[in-house]
Amino acid sequence: MKQRTRNWLLLAPAGTWFLVMLIVPLTVVLIFSFGERGASGGYVPALTLEQYANLPARWTAFKNTMVLAPAGTMAALLIAYPLAYFLAVRASPRWKTILLVLVIVPFWTSILIRSYAWIFLLGGRGIPALLGWAGLEDIRLINTPFAVLIGIIYGYLPLMVFPIFVSLDRLDKRLLEASSDLGARPWHTFVHVTLPLSIPGIATGCMLVFILLMGEFLIPAMLGGGKVFFVGNALVDLFLQSRNWAYGSAVAVTLVVVMLVTVTAYMRLIKRLGAQREDVAIM
Amino acid sequence: MKLYAIVVYLFLYIPIGVIALFSFNAGRHASQLQGFSVKWYAIALDNPFVMDALKTSLIVAFISATCASVFGTMAAISLQGIKGPLRTIFDMMIYVALMIPGIVIGIATLIGLVTLFNQLNPLLEALWPAGLQPPKFSMGFGSLIAAHTLFTMAVVIIIIRARLAGMDRALTEASSDLYATPLATFRQVTLPLIFPAILAGFLLSFTFSFDDFIVAFFVAGSETTLPVYVFSSIRRGVTPEVNAIGTMVLAASLTMLVSAQVLLRRGEGKNK
Repeated sequence: MKQRTRNWLLLAPAGTWFLVMLIVPLTVVLIFSFGERGASGGYVPALTLEQYANLPARWTAFKNTMVLAPAGTMAALLIAYPLAYFLAVRASPRWKTILLVLVIVPFWTSILIRSYAWIFLLGGRGIPALLGWAGLEDIRLINTPFAVLIGIIYGYLPLMVFPIFVSLDRLDKRLLEASSDLGARPWHTFVHVTLPLSIPGIATGCMLVFILLMGEFLIPAMLGGGKVFFVGNALVDLFLQSRNWAYGSAVAVTLVVVMLVTVTAYMRLIKRLGAQREDVAIM
Repeated sequence: MKLYAIVVYLFLYIPIGVIALFSFNAGRHASQLQGFSVKWYAIALDNPFVMDALKTSLIVAFISATCASVFGTMAAISLQGIKGPLRTIFDMMIYVALMIPGIVIGIATLIGLVTLFNQLNPLLEALWPAGLQPPKFSMGFGSLIAAHTLFTMAVVIIIIRARLAGMDRALTEASSDLYATPLATFRQVTLPLIFPAILAGFLLSFTFSFDDFIVAFFVAGSETTLPVYVFSSIRRGVTPEVNAIGTMVLAASLTMLVSAQVLLRRGEGKNK
């Protein structure tokens, strides 16, 4: 009984914090999304679906997010996989840890500064100037979907490499030897042994990157120059510029719902893929 | 294969290197190298706006990392002994705090707190003795610290729980079998074992808070943190001064991260 009281007391500050700073504010957003915009911005209580009916006005932001978030995730996966494979299977044990740390370190430093570096590189006097020098004049890189994609890959590559590395590193290397002893060519071994066994890592990496990309604001704001914008940019505009809280809340709720639905569907798909693999293995 | 790895590493480090290189540029233009100089560092450190923003960032990061480590550790310890619906609710809240995009957390905190303050301020004014200036709630230091503590606390809870799960239960049992009070057991057994994890959690929280842009952008009110300042000055154009600030920020985060890693490693070594 006494221990129970102690546990409750220990949990109280964190619990209060979560309640006041997370649950209550999220509930407020949900309630506001059914309200109306005040004459001078802000919010007027109401119970209407008007804000949700108005969502198509921000269709471009949703479309960009739903195209560039999966595209960025795929691009990061394609670049990360060979590197993770190299680190887990090929790199010498002496260098493995330090090389892995070198991949992860940039992720923990300011994404703002790292995206800024690409404004610098892709801007008029950066890579385009080098290309111009090589004879390719008038190439615009900054403020294009390409620049945003580069920023995404640069920002989230470490987050993709790490889980794939973990799943490949755990893989029993004797399986690869067994496969080649049984006469499988390297490519066959990769497709039938290595790749299936690294699916959990791929799934985790893709999910982490995708979730973060859905709420991205900085990379499109800095490298998209107002031409390539995500839902995050629309939200900043709605809350900090036009102060349309009711409509902004509806956009935010929709973003979270779309994200949850996509992630749930994705997890189901991965589970089913995994289940099929097991069937095959048993056969 | 090796060549591919080298190319990826170049991709990861060239941009950072370029920023650092150009921060030592003597020239006035951001993208023409004209000799070595540290004058942009001097200019950045002399700029009162930069120093104010830096001070705000450091204070907010320190207080929110402290709150997050203390409350997060308390929660992690207590969650060990709790089962049933309360634990499920707590696990869900941690999951929600980490999964909801930062931008939505920022928005929710902004409109949630502004609504709350709009209710509280008239109430305080009515209750306050006449003639005295009643305190007024507004967005600023408090809301920044509260919001940063929220998402860093979720990270601390996860780190400490992992550490506690890896701890040998027999140690605390032995301690209580030898008639140590729960508090003595905590002070003499549990705390020394999880201390490196707490410190690592503190350093990670500090880094998260210090580097956070999106939440601060919404809830900072009249205050300006360093990332918010850098963002607005980038909007005005690329200058060598921003390069110098960026290089210093990167160097600071790197130092914090390396310390956190060393602490976590040492903690693991002790337990073996």
